[in-house]
Amino acid sequence: MDLFEYQARDLLAAHGVPVLPGGVAETPEQAEAIAREIAAPVVVKAQVKTGGRGKAGGVKLADDAESAKARAQDILGLDIKGHITHRVMVAQASDIAEEYYFSYLLDRANRTFLAMASVEGGMEIEQLAVERPEALARIPVDATTGVDSAKAAEIVDAAGFPAEVRDQVIAIAVQLWDVFAKEDATLVEVNPLAKAPDGTVLALDAKVTLDENAGFRHADHAALEDAASADPLEAAAKEKDLNYVKLEGEVGIIGNGAGLVMSTLDVVAYAGEEFGGVKPANFLDIGGGASAEVMANGLHIILSDPAVKSVFVNVFGGITACDAVANGIVSALQLLGDEATKPLVVRLDGNNVEEGRRILAEANHPLVTVVDTMDGAARRAAELAAA
Amino acid sequence: MSIFLNENSKVIVQGMTGSEGRKHTQRMLASGTAIVGGVNPKKAGQSVDFDGTGVPVFGSVAEAMKETGADVSVIFVPPAGAKNAVIEAVDAQIGLAVVITEGIPVHDSTHFWAHAQGGSTRIIGPNCPGLISPGRSNAGIIPATITKQGKIGLVSKSGTLTYQMMYELRDIGFSTAVGIGGDPVIGTTHIDCLQAFQEDPETEAIVMIGEIGGDAEERAADFIKANVTKPVVGYVAGFTAPEGKTMGHAGAIVSGSAGTAQAKQEALEAAGVRVGKTPSETARLMREIVGG
Repeated sequence: MDLFEYQARDLLAAHGVPVLPGGVAETPEQAEAIAREIAAPVVVKAQVKTGGRGKAGGVKLADDAESAKARAQDILGLDIKGHITHRVMVAQASDIAEEYYFSYLLDRANRTFLAMASVEGGMEIEQLAVERPEALARIPVDATTGVDSAKAAEIVDAAGFPAEVRDQVIAIAVQLWDVFAKEDATLVEVNPLAKAPDGTVLALDAKVTLDENAGFRHADHAALEDAASADPLEAAAKEKDLNYVKLEGEVGIIGNGAGLVMSTLDVVAYAGEEFGGVKPANFLDIGGGASAEVMANGLHIILSDPAVKSVFVNVFGGITACDAVANGIVSALQLLGDEATKPLVVRLDGNNVEEGRRILAEANHPLVTVVDTMDGAARRAAELAAA
Repeated sequence: MSIFLNENSKVIVQGMTGSEGRKHTQRMLASGTAIVGGVNPKKAGQSVDFDGTGVPVFGSVAEAMKETGADVSVIFVPPAGAKNAVIEAVDAQIGLAVVITEGIPVHDSTHFWAHAQGGSTRIIGPNCPGLISPGRSNAGIIPATITKQGKIGLVSKSGTLTYQMMYELRDIGFSTAVGIGGDPVIGTTHIDCLQAFQEDPETEAIVMIGEIGGDAEERAADFIKANVTKPVVGYVAGFTAPEGKTMGHAGAIVSGSAGTAQAKQEALEAAGVRVGKTPSETARLMREIVGG
């Protein structure tokens, strides 16, 4: 889960990382009140989970509370690369003497954590890594030992931080590790980490990604979710504990197992090329069980999507045998009743496949077509969606 | 021969007394696996009945190994306790720890991976279906009845795509099929399996199944080019996955331009691997190589 900047800032502050005074506002009036409390020039920043907001007009300076209100008025509602701005952060403006970069992240390839630091902050780190790789220190961090002052000093010295900020950055590096480890983050990135003219080092902007698998030990993380801008179908699916991702397409997809469902999307898109570019409408993994209730919940979500013209149910009976899956489909259609209005193409294979197909044939539901192969079923589902 | 798991493997189950552990222990026994014990400190000394087969419960992995000679542990312990369960298995120096548990925080898996370095335990998973050497032993949740023993080696990030492929090629059969798991940090990689299959005389050809996220497939492609002389066919899932969305598996995410299916397919093809457009086409490509 990616956090908004203001959430990341609050999390950093809670772990002792120095940040500037500020707050988050959903209305121009709230922005005005925050600016009044700060009683100094402020910066008003769009809270969207995408880059390039400065160029899009989403970051503005304001000298006083009235102008902060006006700038918030300009920015709230702004569409930045498809992300609508619902909130702005109002923070004390800071003169910047120098800009640095500091991050911790998961290094998948090496199965370890990685600290990255540079005294050339401000620009996008991907750009720095390409243009001036020698300016970016990359120090692996052992998960079993973490970052103490000595490890932090190693990182800070590798990046060549100037002597006058060295101790401050070492302290911040330890605090940022605290955020990374204790909050179960997979990314904590401060860019820029800035030196103010008085020599104080501060985190001016931060990105934090939290590991959703660790939610069970962070009761407070659920509140950080951006429920308001979640797709309504994704939100409804989440409530039913379904693993659903909305896509732009016409063929609703239900399958068991993440890999098989991803593959089903691809096979449908591939087959759809023949029928005017028909595409999969969603990812939905109902897991190994494929019970009637889960199948009904899944079909309910998919049939609530007005873009869906046909549905492809693709199940491999491995742990759950095909007869149980077939019974699940039949019962799900009974549960849905009149709600089931779109043609369903079902492909079953694996354990007890003959019995599974027999059950579907016997039920003889008018909306259901059974096709034996995955490729053939995808083609049929695409054809029905194009009809 | 087979890789990592054979007819002499003695398997214990950590988390055997939980509902998933119990269900799959039953299935592993039914497919002929030598399940020699379970581990649960609270139920040590008891025995669990599986259709007339009593399986003893031990207080620790070390004790179970001492009493039974176990060399494989299959771990079903829920996410909150999984890290300690894996560390216990590593510290007991068991040869193979198969971590089935889904939803383990990545800080925990990175921790137990680091802890296992320099030790004698191979970790498979987490968030994986385990591995099967058909007709010999089955350590995990892969259905045993959908295929038979044979000459194909299979390595896959995905459980159900593993089953699909095993089923499509069931007449030819498999030496070993390894589900390495869909998490961002996993113990055994495509490369580890490719190397073991290359060295296994029974394996004649290899199917490698990958998916979006990370660069494991690209690195595997480099490895194949340099080290694998046996024919490899590949499949990659996730061409239609949008950027920035996690597709079911915690590790299955395209970040910016990194981790795309396209890049993985191209890397594999550049290494001489024939990549199928669909799972069925991939099975056909394998059939062309091994006949049948």
